[in-house]
Amino acid sequence: MSDERGAHRPGVGAGPGGGPGRGPMGGGHMMGMPIQKAKDFKGTLRRLVVYLKPRRFHLIAIFSLAILSTIFSIFSPKILGKATTKLFEGIMAKYMGLPGAQVDWEYIGRIVLLLIGLYLISAMFSYLQQYIMAGVAQRTVFDLRAEVKAKLHRLPLKYFDSRTHGEILSRVTNDIDTISTTLQQSITQLITSVVTIIGVIIMMLTISPALTGITILTLPLSIIVTVSVAKRSQKEFKAQQKELGQLNGHVEEMYTGHKAVKAFGHEAKSIAEFNEINDRLYEAGWKAQFFSGLIMPLMMFVGNLGYVLVSVMGGIYVTKRLIEIGDIQAFIQYARQFTMPITQTANIANIIQSTVAAAERVFEVLDEEEQIPEVNDPVKVTDPQGGVRFEQVEFRYREDTPLIEDMTIEAKPGQTVAIVGPTGAGKTTLVNLLMRFYELNDGQITVDGTDIRNFRRGDLHRMFGMVLQDTWLFNGTIRANIAYGHDGATEEQIVQAARMAHADHFIRTLPEGYDTVLNEEASNISQGQKQLLTIARAFLADPAILILDEATSSVDTRTELQIQRAMAELMKGRTSFVIAHRLSTIREADLILVMNNGAVIEQGTHRELLERGGFYADLYNSQFSGAPLDPAV
Amino acid sequence: MTKLIKYLKPFTALVSGVLVLLLIQTLADLYLPTLMSDIIDTGVVKGDTAYIWRVGGRMLMVAGGSAVASIIAAYLSARIGAGFGRNLRSLVFTRVESYSLHEFDKIGTATLITRTTNDITQVQMVLIMILRMMISAPIMAVGSLFMAISKDAGLSVIFLIVLPILGALIAFVATKGVPLFKVLQVKLDNLNRVLRENLTGIRVIRAFDRIDYETHRFREANEDLTETAIKVNKIMAVMMPAMMLIMNFTSIAIVWFGGLRIDTGHMEVGDMIAFIQYAMQIMFSFVMVSMMFVMIPRAEASAVRINEVLETVAEINDPAQPAAVTSQRGYVEFQDVTFSYPGAEEPAIQHVSFSAKPGQVTAIIGGTGSGKSTLISLIPRFYDVDSGRILVDGVDVREMTQSDLRAKIGFVPQKAVLFTGTIADNIRYGKESATAEEVGHAAEVAQAMEFIAGMKQGFESEVAQGGTNVSGGQKQRLSIARALVRRPEIYVFDDSFSALDFKTDARLRAALRKETAESTVLIVAQRVATVMDADQIIVLDEGQVTGIGTHMELMQRCDVYREIVSSQLSEEELA
Repeated sequence: MSDERGAHRPGVGAGPGGGPGRGPMGGGHMMGMPIQKAKDFKGTLRRLVVYLKPRRFHLIAIFSLAILSTIFSIFSPKILGKATTKLFEGIMAKYMGLPGAQVDWEYIGRIVLLLIGLYLISAMFSYLQQYIMAGVAQRTVFDLRAEVKAKLHRLPLKYFDSRTHGEILSRVTNDIDTISTTLQQSITQLITSVVTIIGVIIMMLTISPALTGITILTLPLSIIVTVSVAKRSQKEFKAQQKELGQLNGHVEEMYTGHKAVKAFGHEAKSIAEFNEINDRLYEAGWKAQFFSGLIMPLMMFVGNLGYVLVSVMGGIYVTKRLIEIGDIQAFIQYARQFTMPITQTANIANIIQSTVAAAERVFEVLDEEEQIPEVNDPVKVTDPQGGVRFEQVEFRYREDTPLIEDMTIEAKPGQTVAIVGPTGAGKTTLVNLLMRFYELNDGQITVDGTDIRNFRRGDLHRMFGMVLQDTWLFNGTIRANIAYGHDGATEEQIVQAARMAHADHFIRTLPEGYDTVLNEEASNISQGQKQLLTIARAFLADPAILILDEATSSVDTRTELQIQRAMAELMKGRTSFVIAHRLSTIREADLILVMNNGAVIEQGTHRELLERGGFYADLYNSQFSGAPLDPAV
Repeated sequence: MTKLIKYLKPFTALVSGVLVLLLIQTLADLYLPTLMSDIIDTGVVKGDTAYIWRVGGRMLMVAGGSAVASIIAAYLSARIGAGFGRNLRSLVFTRVESYSLHEFDKIGTATLITRTTNDITQVQMVLIMILRMMISAPIMAVGSLFMAISKDAGLSVIFLIVLPILGALIAFVATKGVPLFKVLQVKLDNLNRVLRENLTGIRVIRAFDRIDYETHRFREANEDLTETAIKVNKIMAVMMPAMMLIMNFTSIAIVWFGGLRIDTGHMEVGDMIAFIQYAMQIMFSFVMVSMMFVMIPRAEASAVRINEVLETVAEINDPAQPAAVTSQRGYVEFQDVTFSYPGAEEPAIQHVSFSAKPGQVTAIIGGTGSGKSTLISLIPRFYDVDSGRILVDGVDVREMTQSDLRAKIGFVPQKAVLFTGTIADNIRYGKESATAEEVGHAAEVAQAMEFIAGMKQGFESEVAQGGTNVSGGQKQRLSIARALVRRPEIYVFDDSFSALDFKTDARLRAALRKETAESTVLIVAQRVATVMDADQIIVLDEGQVTGIGTHMELMQRCDVYREIVSSQLSEEELA
């Protein structure tokens, strides 16, 4: 059930470069990388916008600030140019020896003051805009995360069983992160870029339509360069991705199978294969890097081209008195500002595409079919006895493969039902049905005479206690883990539960005792100790019905004995469904369910089943006695 | 990161090439404003159109030269980056393949995978970024400064004021922002952890009706992360506007003070315009260099992890002079062997002595954690013993080459691992030269024939990565076939029948008995039924041998054995 690999899959979790902290330049997405496309771009975008709606006033403020800030900064070079012109005129006049010629310092001074004001306002606005955006973006993402999380709790178990954890995790973390970064950086960047392009063109036009024409001539060139290089580089990136996938696959396989590789002396072969893939990756890799690295120099060149044209034509125009000298200065600044936003816009267009694709994946989760809602007037649970009945239960995971058909069993309060069968016989199925993790196809399951569908799920679950082989403990103190099943348990109750589970002793030998924090994999205590903790948890929760897995894996003999004793203690006076591994449990059970391939194939007491001489009898003889199985042996 | 620089050595020529090219490109870019100022100061002032055209032509050539240089530089950087990554990956992988299980346990499989793949990719990316952008920034800064001073040394005093301010701003953001980024990462990891726990524990959470509690826990982590993210972004919001403001104020200052100097005849207008451009380039370089503060720590963590792999040397190595091969076949002897896992307080096995001969079946039984698997993994020398020795065919395993030793052994691990490839490939993994008959025979004995025949392409059916398209029992049978096809002197089965149903188990053991009649067989088992008819049974308890003998012998004199038996067999059968 647990998906170790998913958690370590490249890209899952907070990868470097992800998250709101992508650096001041927002360079997370490299130009020319392959883009993920959304299936329904428009619909998803519209839906994404809905999330921004509650913050529309903030957004309007942000956009206005961005636009104003850009406009102010666009005005400035032209004004600065005027100062230069004035300066030049004064100098030229002096140079030509005109009488009374001097630089108009008062005029220049006014311009300088005006500029200082403009720049200050522009910087201020730009700061404010980003400042407000920080709140808007992060709060929006906060809501989205909370919504997805809440949704996960309403999804049926079926959803989780049919997907890897890595896949679900990636939607809640990576995809939402992508959205967060885009909101934080790219949207305002897009606005600024577009405003800059338009503004710069207007400003250039007011200075000199002819020079503007020349500058704009470079525009198609930069578009052609961007598009064609990006196309090529995307192709190479795809090739690289493919090789990288193969390499990762090989590494994963060889490392997880290290023992087998060693045992059969295949190290050299494995290295040879690795080097072969690695060489292919190198070929694809340098090409991808090269082509994506081409965009910058090429755009620089196109920019320089414009620069040279402006210098030459500007120079000629000045000699012809068509424009002023300061205009060249301004123009050069504008031309420089011109190429950058074009590359940026192209880049952001890609980012928005992948963001919408990410949003679509998140929305897919939100749109998943939920579990059947609770009944309107649920039956209250007071003092549960623990009588469980399956009445003509029919169940299947997949429509076309029947699994459980017409199953009727009854466990009276306090009785023990043993479930036996080979590994993978489908014992989880029984848990799934009892806990209503899955819905029945037909028939009903009752607890104390009430159909379990008439309880609130939470109330139903509280009647059950689970001690499974798959011990789930969370990152927290031992105390909190034991108290998991019981809100507001007192210290005494917790210690009492630990004592009954034979866990108190080992907990006290830990340096921090009950305050020991279990780490993420809970690797700081042994497997057996984990099982004792889950038993303690069940003691504290004090359920009427138990679901137990007797299997003890990776446990030393002494701990195993403790677990056995604790389980026996726990089962006293409770209805128990035991996934049984021990003969004594099975023989003393009130009812034995024999499962194979997911279905219950026989049921009865030990004696009845032995007499029948069926599957159980075979199983019993092979597992628990040393009698020869095959006459041919 | 610095430790990895030595792996750039094969690329010295290429790196110098990049440096030279970037220098050319920078010089060309720096030359452009000078040419432009010539246009103004000479061409425009004198009204010499022909001169303007001439200089324009030269500018075009310079711009072209710069483009060519930077394209070649991009080409070389791509080659260097990808080549560096390839070499490093190969080094790391080769090193990891040389590791014994000990180093694997120490570092951990999952992180080794990340180190060989993601971490190297990360370092490679940063290297390319450095080559592409970071290197040219200092060159650009120095060059621009030089040009600016040569244009007008007096006006350059402005830099003495501006650059410290810019530096202070960058330092402010670096000291305030970078630690916050780290905190942000921690909180993001925290949120992911809560989420992962929620996914793995979903059944327990629902069973204990703790959805509200978990929602609360997630909300806290979410809130915490969001708070920090807002804080970080608010600090970063200062960065760009402040940077722009400094740049813009600088150009105003240049126009004002430059104007004064022009007025007094110390400089010309064209020079001033060029000066502004140099100033912009200097400051832009500073911004670029400040990016390094963000990039390098990111790669640093990866670099440290890679280095750890490269610095870890396998403890198990082949002897310089392997002992001569003896004529014995299939003898295994433990002489007072003690072994403990690194860092463990107690030895996993202590003072174990026994010997196994060809034609004999030796079974090892004991509770989980008693050291059974550890014991047998010492035979193929997956680990080295602390004291005592293990002889295979009369030779200490440490005096043989690992490949000679392992060639004698057919090892079937507890957890069957298959590899991508066909079924036949997987069986041939044990002996690459195996004929189709040999493969078929091995499959037959391993009771795998039936399900292989049931597959559409039989032996040529593909096994998916991790063997996800075959069941646990099928995996075990293929892994047994893989050992059988080797026809080894020694068979080692590490609880290898656990996923088989009892009938298959019985048939398999019967078939195996014929197949392994000449060989030495060691079996680790949990079930008494499996070991009862072994020639000798070794009973392990907490790492120590508490009895060796046949079933009957042990029943008489070994308490631990009797305990195990009585917990598994019914009373009637004990009699």
